[in-house]
Amino acid sequence: MWDYLKLVGLGLVAVLAAIAANYAHDLAYQVNAVTVMLAAGIAFLWVLRTAGDPRPNLQHEYFDSVIRAGAIATGFWGIVGFLVGLVIALQLAFPALNFEFLQGYGNFGRLRPLHTSAVIFAFGGNALIMSSFYIVQRTCAARLYGGGLGWFVFWGWQLVIVLAATGYVLGATQGKEYAEPVWYVDILITAVWVAFLITFMGTLMKRKEPHIYVANWFILSMIVTVAMLHLVNNAAIPVSIFGSAQVQLYSGVQDAMVQWWYGHNAVGFFLTAGFLGMMYYFVPKQAERPVYSYKLSIIHFWALIFLYIWAGPHHLHYTALPDWASTLGMVFSVMLWMPSWGGMINGLMTLSGAWDKLRTDPVIRMMVVSIGFYGMSTFEGPVMSIKAVNSLSHYTDWTIGHVHSGALGWNGMITFGVLYYLVPRLWNRERLYSLAAVSWHFWLATIGIVLYAASMWVSGIMEGLMWREVDANGFLVNAFADTVAAKFPMYVVRALGGGLYLSGAVIMCWNLWMTVRAQPGRATQHSAVPAE
Amino acid sequence: MGILDRHKAIETHATLLMVLSLLVVSIGGIVQIVPLFYLENTIEKVEGMRPYTPLELAGRNIYIREGCYGCHSQMIRPMRDEVERYGHYSLAAESMYDYPFQWGSKRTGPDLARVGGRYSDEWHVDHFTYARDVVPESVMPPYGFLLRNVIDGEYIQDVVKTNRMVGVPYSDEMVENALADFTAQADPLGDYDGLEARYGEDAFGTPVNVRNFDGHADLTEMDALIAYMQVLGTMVDFSTFTPVANR
Repeated sequence: MWDYLKLVGLGLVAVLAAIAANYAHDLAYQVNAVTVMLAAGIAFLWVLRTAGDPRPNLQHEYFDSVIRAGAIATGFWGIVGFLVGLVIALQLAFPALNFEFLQGYGNFGRLRPLHTSAVIFAFGGNALIMSSFYIVQRTCAARLYGGGLGWFVFWGWQLVIVLAATGYVLGATQGKEYAEPVWYVDILITAVWVAFLITFMGTLMKRKEPHIYVANWFILSMIVTVAMLHLVNNAAIPVSIFGSAQVQLYSGVQDAMVQWWYGHNAVGFFLTAGFLGMMYYFVPKQAERPVYSYKLSIIHFWALIFLYIWAGPHHLHYTALPDWASTLGMVFSVMLWMPSWGGMINGLMTLSGAWDKLRTDPVIRMMVVSIGFYGMSTFEGPVMSIKAVNSLSHYTDWTIGHVHSGALGWNGMITFGVLYYLVPRLWNRERLYSLAAVSWHFWLATIGIVLYAASMWVSGIMEGLMWREVDANGFLVNAFADTVAAKFPMYVVRALGGGLYLSGAVIMCWNLWMTVRAQPGRATQHSAVPAE
Repeated sequence: MGILDRHKAIETHATLLMVLSLLVVSIGGIVQIVPLFYLENTIEKVEGMRPYTPLELAGRNIYIREGCYGCHSQMIRPMRDEVERYGHYSLAAESMYDYPFQWGSKRTGPDLARVGGRYSDEWHVDHFTYARDVVPESVMPPYGFLLRNVIDGEYIQDVVKTNRMVGVPYSDEMVENALADFTAQADPLGDYDGLEARYGEDAFGTPVNVRNFDGHADLTEMDALIAYMQVLGTMVDFSTFTPVANR
């Protein structure tokens, strides 16, 4: 019966998408509609082929197949996102790489949202969904709730990524940073996210452990906060149901405030709270040590989620946003330093008594460095949110460097560590194929980040100072074009750093591939079994 | 540590944990966002601000489509160097019809809040086509394809209508004549009296720019984008504008 309903639903979606493609007002919408039609068609055939097949009772096993798919997707989108990042970094250094013959489809302006969305939502999002599915099952000793709903979350998210990415290149965008997907993609994101919440909450509800483990607090708060941010920031009216264009519900100063309330908390929750959840599970596991302080985790959890949401206006210092709002943003950003370092201390001190592993285990080294970068960028952030500093740093490359020390250092490195931890376990392999390759990855990535951050500090502070420089007679010394020309060497160094980081990730994917392919299987199956 | 012991009640109850988290994360946004819809200095109207003409609106949508906001800000801060370089600091009212706002966050290129009238249309065509011909240091991508993209304003009325739905004060007349105004603005030899009457000097104090912006016979995306560039920051007359104290 359920299969028939699914078939009817999928068939309906495919037909409606075909109709939409036929009446499309713009190319991006048409391509997206055809993509949806194909996706629904493939899902239709899949359900049809497997309908009536006997379903083995899997309630005594963890739902790991979706996590394996998530690990593959994380690696894949990571490479895509880093590669596009490298391309646009090179475009800034060598603008001739904005090829004329691509008719604008390959211009920096269209590729930049592709890069940011690919790394944040495709790479980061898959890492989050994958690891939260793993964590919640292990810490609740229960199979993921919702039957096949986990697969809907996984494939729905991949569809979101494909629709958004093709949309950007073909010109469908909302024009809000980090929230570029257009209205129908936003609706799909909402559906997938609700399903994610249901699977996660459902698993928490049927847990066999009395306590909810701390990692799950962070992930749960991330899911509900991102839902709130997404719904409010993307409120818009479509111009037509057959077009990708929409008009936002807010304008000017209100929209700016909503946007950065969203934007900063995409960082604060998606890239911080969720990833702290990963840290709280995988660092103790890899170090084989308990979390350093339970009390600290309570205090820093509530403080972090309360304070983070206020920090948005520090993106709008000295703009037309009222002063009181940006002062609130600054004060809360500075306060945020404390709970952020609470998390860092809790993560780092978990290694108490296991510090020697740094010498022998490159995976733990990766995790520790990621926590170090987390600490560094959550110190740099509050500094940059101070109005006097921000008056220099705003609009410059310093911001870009700051974001990347957080994204490459913290989010990237912890995700690599998690992948190195998970892949041998998910595929039942004895060990990683090559620890030497992990070391290579570690050093390539670390040196890459250092080059990236250092060059952006130099170029950001330099251009900030050049813009404001006046001579003895009170005239501006530099034309804007002078500052652009002066940044060229730093742009080359930045691209080099990005290239190193990307090559490290390629080594990782090869290493993980060989782990699955070439390593012998583990003797004992099902080392952990949910208690049901 | 009595209070921390009571945390057990929360961490053994999933729904409680979820509801409390949601409450805790709601506070900041409510305090910072809601007042902006009521406070006078964020919703005040300033003389001269008018809705974009249909052609300018189409240009703005091209600006958004090409991701220009990734490299160009439209928000001049009240610092000496910015005011010298770009002009009067930006007012909240100047982006009140920008759905969504385009203040930007990065200046890989210069601020554009007051770029209107600063360069000639011909300069813009050359600069968009190949920026390094006019600014050798520039890293801007080429936008020559805009010249080849002919537009007919097929859906422009829907765009204007949707903007009216969210609060831009387009009159019935403006909506009805959206397509006519769209083509009239790029045709200085045609009849643009209606466009000027609706958006121009008598209604808002500044005449509408009616020109063949790209110099080509066809109405192209280049026309629309330059029409948008040329109106940026020109609506408020700062020779007569006096800021209200304490705002």
